[in-house]
Amino acid sequence: MTKTRTMLAAFAVGLLTSTAAMAGDVRIMWYSDGVEGEVLKDLLDRFMKENPGINVILDNVSYSVVREQLPVQLEAGDGPDIARVTNLKAQSQHWLDLRPLVADAAYWDTNFGDQADWMRPDGSNQISGFMTQITIAGGFANKTLFDQAGVAVPGKDATWDDWAKAARQVAESQQVPFPMALDRSGHRLSGPNLSYGANYIGADGKPAPLDEGSKAFLEKFVGWIADGTMSKDVWVSAAGSTYRAAADDFINGQLVYYYSGSWQVPNFSTKIGSNFDWVATGSPCGPANCTGMTGGAGLVAIKYTKNPEEVAKVMDYLAREDIVKEFSERTLFLPAHKGVLAKGLDFKTDDAQAQAALNEFVAAASSLSDLARKLPGWHWSDTVYGALVTRVSQAAAGEMPLNEAVTRIDADIAAKVKDSGL
Amino acid sequence: MKAETPRPAGSGFGEAIMVPVRLAMGLVDAPLRWVQRRLGIGGMAAFFLLPNMLIFGIFVLLPFFINFAYSMTGGTALFLDDRTFVGTDQYARLFDCSNYIDPNSCTEDTFWTAVGNTAWFVVLQVTLMILFSLITALILNRELMARSFWRAVFFFPVLLSPVVVGLIWKWILQRQGLLNFALYGFGFEPYTWLNDRNWAFAAAVGVSIWAHMGFYTLILLAGLQAIPKDLYEAAEMDGTRPARAFWRITLPLLMPNLLVVIVLVLIRAVQIFDEVYVLTGGGPGTSTLYLTQYIYETGFATQLRNPGLAAAASILMGMVLVVLTLIQLGLGRSSEKKGSRK
Repeated sequence: MTKTRTMLAAFAVGLLTSTAAMAGDVRIMWYSDGVEGEVLKDLLDRFMKENPGINVILDNVSYSVVREQLPVQLEAGDGPDIARVTNLKAQSQHWLDLRPLVADAAYWDTNFGDQADWMRPDGSNQISGFMTQITIAGGFANKTLFDQAGVAVPGKDATWDDWAKAARQVAESQQVPFPMALDRSGHRLSGPNLSYGANYIGADGKPAPLDEGSKAFLEKFVGWIADGTMSKDVWVSAAGSTYRAAADDFINGQLVYYYSGSWQVPNFSTKIGSNFDWVATGSPCGPANCTGMTGGAGLVAIKYTKNPEEVAKVMDYLAREDIVKEFSERTLFLPAHKGVLAKGLDFKTDDAQAQAALNEFVAAASSLSDLARKLPGWHWSDTVYGALVTRVSQAAAGEMPLNEAVTRIDADIAAKVKDSGL
Repeated sequence: MKAETPRPAGSGFGEAIMVPVRLAMGLVDAPLRWVQRRLGIGGMAAFFLLPNMLIFGIFVLLPFFINFAYSMTGGTALFLDDRTFVGTDQYARLFDCSNYIDPNSCTEDTFWTAVGNTAWFVVLQVTLMILFSLITALILNRELMARSFWRAVFFFPVLLSPVVVGLIWKWILQRQGLLNFALYGFGFEPYTWLNDRNWAFAAAVGVSIWAHMGFYTLILLAGLQAIPKDLYEAAEMDGTRPARAFWRITLPLLMPNLLVVIVLVLIRAVQIFDEVYVLTGGGPGTSTLYLTQYIYETGFATQLRNPGLAAAASILMGMVLVVLTLIQLGLGRSSEKKGSRK
């Protein structure tokens, strides 16, 4: 009886709290790595003053909600009107085509055209949204620890092995628990894989079995976890494809070298402050190249919106050159807008380390391989990343040998491709 | 002429508040009499059960059948209409194994890892939960100082949300957590408890016992308090030892409560998810990955969801729960029969 009462109560509450989309309402699902939620709120308040007929509701959610709950809402033909998303290509069938709705489609093509293909179905010229930030994966070194250990920070063309050796020396000297860490993310792991010559894309455009390049780095990576060079905590701390970052270990001075990406710069600037010196290092080199991965978060309009015109107005406003410039300067994000990039940015920070790190990441963009630039617009990227994380973490936890994990990765990806019916 | 019984003091107020109740009863009286005339007295039981059964049908049976339908379909689409019928393919995929003891020999190795982990978890957690709940109930049933306080202490974790429970224990057990801080203070080296397969498993079992033990203790305590005291007095006069009294009086008379507790603990253990998901995320590796997490991740969290496979796994899990419940109910009935014969 208690169970049925609870169910009835939940049903009643659900009915009472369900909110139908009102005319003029635009709901945005947004996640934040740093202060971007606050900056966006400020910008939207200004928009609503300029456009009193449009009420923009900003739902700040965690990244896991965007990754796990939004896809289910979209599959059900539901969801917010606009969302900030990283899995852009694989869900592109749910994005609204803004081309007939925005004030000047040519402006969008000119300024955001380079990444437009990342977020639209293959073969279409749809305008789905724009990148709120371009991210580039790369490393960070705790310079204070290097200085105290008397070890030179490896230079521009240093390899993964060079970094591992130096980080081990520093960790031993300074009694730091972890020499290196790499986020528990298939995207992050793919940077070094590519630098070892990996190619995920088969001749038919579908995922190819893992090649020697991937296997070579994965073997090194799992070995580093086993011998303590790479933090075990991050990779074995969960099952499945759950994302885990090692940023807190770096911020707490527990880590010598951290491979993550440009989006960590504002986070480090705020949380590390003057506690220690840190530097961005770009991506270490492998035998093939010195690439990291690119990507980022895009703001996309959802095609199930009841208010497409209002959505287009909000998107037009947020994509405006002055707004993109202000957003990027206040959040310390690298923008995608060509005009803003051409005119330069004045990042709003007094932190010289953050300024230098952002410049380093801008420079690292020139080292990106062609495949690294292609993967964000490839339909199967996230499928490969998910399988990589799931199985490599099992190998790292000692549950299966790496060759078994590689076989499983190929089988998992093949099963997903088959399930998709594409 | 009947002598009028004197009215108790204060009944005027009692009468007054009963007026609206009587009014309401009067309003439903006529329609209910009409229904009773048509259904008969026997049919009224079904009539009163109908709303409950309706809710059960809509929220339990209907989802079960929809889930079963999903388990017969393939693809990644969410709506049943958009999915392709694949018959028993999803079940065949789950059971495609050359050796069920070795998950690595199975196509869906993660499913069998989760099955194995869940089985171990159930065996350990149910045994320990019953044991600790019983011991705690026996202690709390004695004349203790501040007995109500101790009862509250053991019951308090039940009031916490499983997510809060998971976060509290994560804060204690993580590398830079409270436990390591304390150990370091005593000169021990810190240890990454949640990254060690065995410790993570033990933590999952221990935390779930800590979080739910109070509830089962309460049920057993109620059972203990219902046992007539004179039985123990008689046993004591006969010179029966306390241990014998426990086996011969306490345990048999507590058996109905104990069976209820076993059923509830068993079902809850098979369904384990929330606090362990927050505490370990299923790691290290897949050592604390349980069936419900597998179903959740397959159905919702992976990059390309497979609702059909998740539905098939949940149907299998549901069948296990039904079988376990039937066994327990059978045991309960046989114990009741034995009790009535005595």
